[in-house]
Amino acid sequence: MTKLDIQSGQAAPRLGVPDRDALRETLQKQGILIAFALFLVGFSLMSDRFASWDNVSTVFRQVSIIGTMALGVTVVVITGNLDLSVGSLLSFATVLVVDLHDQIGPAPAILVMFAATLLIGCVNGLLVGYGRLNSLIVTLGMLSAIQGLTLIYSGGQNVDIADQEGTWFAVFGRGFLLGLAVPTLIFLGLAVAFHVMLTRTSFGRRVFAVGGNPTASAFSGVRRARVVFSAYVLSAFTTACAAVILGSRVMGSQNNVGQGYELLVLSGVILGGASLLGGSGSIPKTVIGVLILGFIQNGLLLMGYPYYAQWLVTWVVIILAVWLDVASKRGAFFTRTS
Amino acid sequence: MSRVAHHTAEELADLKHRAPLLRLDGVTKTFPGVKALDDVSFDVRHGEVHALLGENGAGKSTLMKVLAGVHRANSGTIHLNGEPVEVNSPLEAKARGIVLVHQELSLAPELSVAENIFLGSLPTKRFGLVSWKRLNAAATHILDRLGVKFESYDRVGDLSIANQQMVEIARALVFTPKVVVFDEPTASLTDAEKVVLFDVIAGLKKEGTGIVYISHRMDEIFTLSDRITVLRDGQTRGTLNTRDTDEDGVTRLMIGRSLDKSARKAAPEPGPVALEVKGLSCGDLFRDISFSLRRGEVVGMYGLVGAGRTEIAETIFGLRAKDGGEIRIDGAPVDISGPPDAIRHGVALAPESRKEQGLVLGMNCRDNMSLSQLDAVSRGGWLDRGAEQAIYDEYAGRLSLKAPSWRTPVRNLSGGNQQKVVLGKWLGVKPRVLIVDEPTRGIDVGSKSEIHALIRRLAAEGIAVLVISSEMPEVLAVSDRILALYHGRLAREFAAADVTEDALVQAISGL
Ligand SMILES: Nc1ncnc2c1ncn2[C@@H]1O[C@H](COP(=O)(O)OP(=O)(O)OP(=O)(O)O)[C@@H](O)[C@H]1O
Ligand SMILES: [Mg+2]
Repeated sequence: MTKLDIQSGQAAPRLGVPDRDALRETLQKQGILIAFALFLVGFSLMSDRFASWDNVSTVFRQVSIIGTMALGVTVVVITGNLDLSVGSLLSFATVLVVDLHDQIGPAPAILVMFAATLLIGCVNGLLVGYGRLNSLIVTLGMLSAIQGLTLIYSGGQNVDIADQEGTWFAVFGRGFLLGLAVPTLIFLGLAVAFHVMLTRTSFGRRVFAVGGNPTASAFSGVRRARVVFSAYVLSAFTTACAAVILGSRVMGSQNNVGQGYELLVLSGVILGGASLLGGSGSIPKTVIGVLILGFIQNGLLLMGYPYYAQWLVTWVVIILAVWLDVASKRGAFFTRTS
Repeated sequence: MSRVAHHTAEELADLKHRAPLLRLDGVTKTFPGVKALDDVSFDVRHGEVHALLGENGAGKSTLMKVLAGVHRANSGTIHLNGEPVEVNSPLEAKARGIVLVHQELSLAPELSVAENIFLGSLPTKRFGLVSWKRLNAAATHILDRLGVKFESYDRVGDLSIANQQMVEIARALVFTPKVVVFDEPTASLTDAEKVVLFDVIAGLKKEGTGIVYISHRMDEIFTLSDRITVLRDGQTRGTLNTRDTDEDGVTRLMIGRSLDKSARKAAPEPGPVALEVKGLSCGDLFRDISFSLRRGEVVGMYGLVGAGRTEIAETIFGLRAKDGGEIRIDGAPVDISGPPDAIRHGVALAPESRKEQGLVLGMNCRDNMSLSQLDAVSRGGWLDRGAEQAIYDEYAGRLSLKAPSWRTPVRNLSGGNQQKVVLGKWLGVKPRVLIVDEPTRGIDVGSKSEIHALIRRLAAEGIAVLVISSEMPEVLAVSDRILALYHGRLAREFAAADVTEDALVQAISGL
């Protein structure tokens, strides 16, 4: 077969570049890992304390609250919904568990707090799942509703635990086991459990199906409402777990401790590559997303920047991550317009 | 080339005039793990319909997407009117007069028909505001040409699939295109709309437009095309003049063998009634539908698109509420209020629209197949991957699914192979009653007869099967009995032994 161009006698332009596909696929699949690795290398070069065991375990402990919450939110996001109420739910749950601790004892306090928090998750789930209301509106409304609820409950007073040394409640936030901080263990343990749930159970499969294509899932006999409902209950559950860690670490709580956490949590989930359109996402990647947030914060502090610098940098990193994702899908860093 | 010397001057002038309008040379395209196109060359002349044929996954859509700037080839060249051109984006293709009517609908369901037709080139007035008057007028002009029954301001999401396909076609007619590619345009069209489409193609042809026509329907290929190119496994198997060949010749080129046209085995005596429908009604969609399906029997449901066939199936499957009538399974009346109920009662429905209703596009092939039977492949909520794999392996084999691996997201499969995943998903359920709606839409001729055989085999295993189809040959090939529907009513029932094509056509047209 001759490649000679008889018609015009010109050499024809080639159509493309071979082997870009392979690169693109790697970028698309492992982009977040690569970014993570670059971060770690960059920071360790800039600060020799950064890569120390002490520092790394500190970061893990610091992200454990946001990370734990992000696990449940990941499930919600995979179903194609949002949960913006987790921040104020964290405030509510922490205030509740701390306040009840001295009144009814740690174990009953934890039980009551879990029941109340899960109940709020059920309301979210009912409205978004069975009521088919828009999740952004429902959970944004819930965000302020819970804020009100918290203030009514506490009367605007901060709460704290009187006997901070003598209670076993301290173990969740301050304890160590086998050289690892208990918050880290809770976070990673739950992460493993959630990962197994999403990848090995029929419920997990339904979560992905409902988010990927609700109509086709309905045709397959998947009950969307039930799956979405469960996702919100799971989200409330992880927030309740985070409240135990937070309450136990601080041994007290302000009415607005969780303010802004919903965005940090969502940032971690998005950094992990979950699509807000639903149908994709994974727990290991969410964990990495959350760790990136933690390491940025930590690295900046080590380098002597004020703590609020992290807000700006976090925003830049998220935009970069999303851009990288879109760019790798379309194969170019800018769209060409002709 | 040496033969050129023997042409007369007149013939030479004609040849020059008929020089290719478009030429693709040595196009190679790989996807991760797949060589979709391997050094393919192809050309289209002025005013010619060039049919592109090949099995599912042969690379037809990919070749056309390279032409239309959707995919970038690894290597190869494109010439338009003898000039080498680069086509790096769909926009660029459009600017050069190359238009692709996609196999999978690519419309914005929330927008109006007119907006969809003119998307990207909406007529504007001052301050860049859209001129709705001009937009709707221009859209109506095109729609009139297509003789459709909907309006330019209708919301696309509310249209039937057939009408959405017509919108997709209308988009191609906005500019005076040089080359129009139709990728399986008739897969979801009714006969009436097909006639309109063929008129449109004839008109384009007269204007000198080059047309590429992809279809698995041999009758269309042989009525429309001037030349046929056959692709197989990403390679060109040959280009033939349509008048020098016949269906068998093309089929052999395509799948490497002749089609097995042997008469099917007589069905064994059907068993007891599995599904009985009595006086089923739903609004003005259908009224007073009564029929029964026996175990071991394949019943065809034939009728025009819009006759209520799909709606009946969806009602039995619990996706629509009936306003009258009764459904019995194995003799007992059942109340089916949703697909989970239906599945529990042993009813399965393979829906007609694979993209919207059949598949989770981002999910892999295996997981899509097992989605319809998650309870069967899990124990106490834990997935049994071995069981899932077994289903996939069995049906990927029985349907000769062409997929790089079970891990491939179905989004990356060719249209026909996606359809096979939908079928596998529901055939694998081993239900009591299996309803398949347009089961072979987009499936190549070879696989089609295999699927018909598979449906008959499932019936022989004791399943009651209802096949909904708007293709008469299909209904005739698989059914033991045929229900003819007209305007939401059961017009007639035929035994396969004594049905004629004429009688069927009359029954579904209300004669
Ligand atoms: N976006 C993609 N990513 C990866 N692989 C792809 C992609 N698109 C197509 N392929 C692969 O390329 C091959 C050719 O697919 P193509 O869609 O061109 O087939 P086709 O001839 O149009 O088949 P059909 O008759 O089923 O529509 C298939 O093996 C398919 O899996
Ligand atoms: Mg195709």
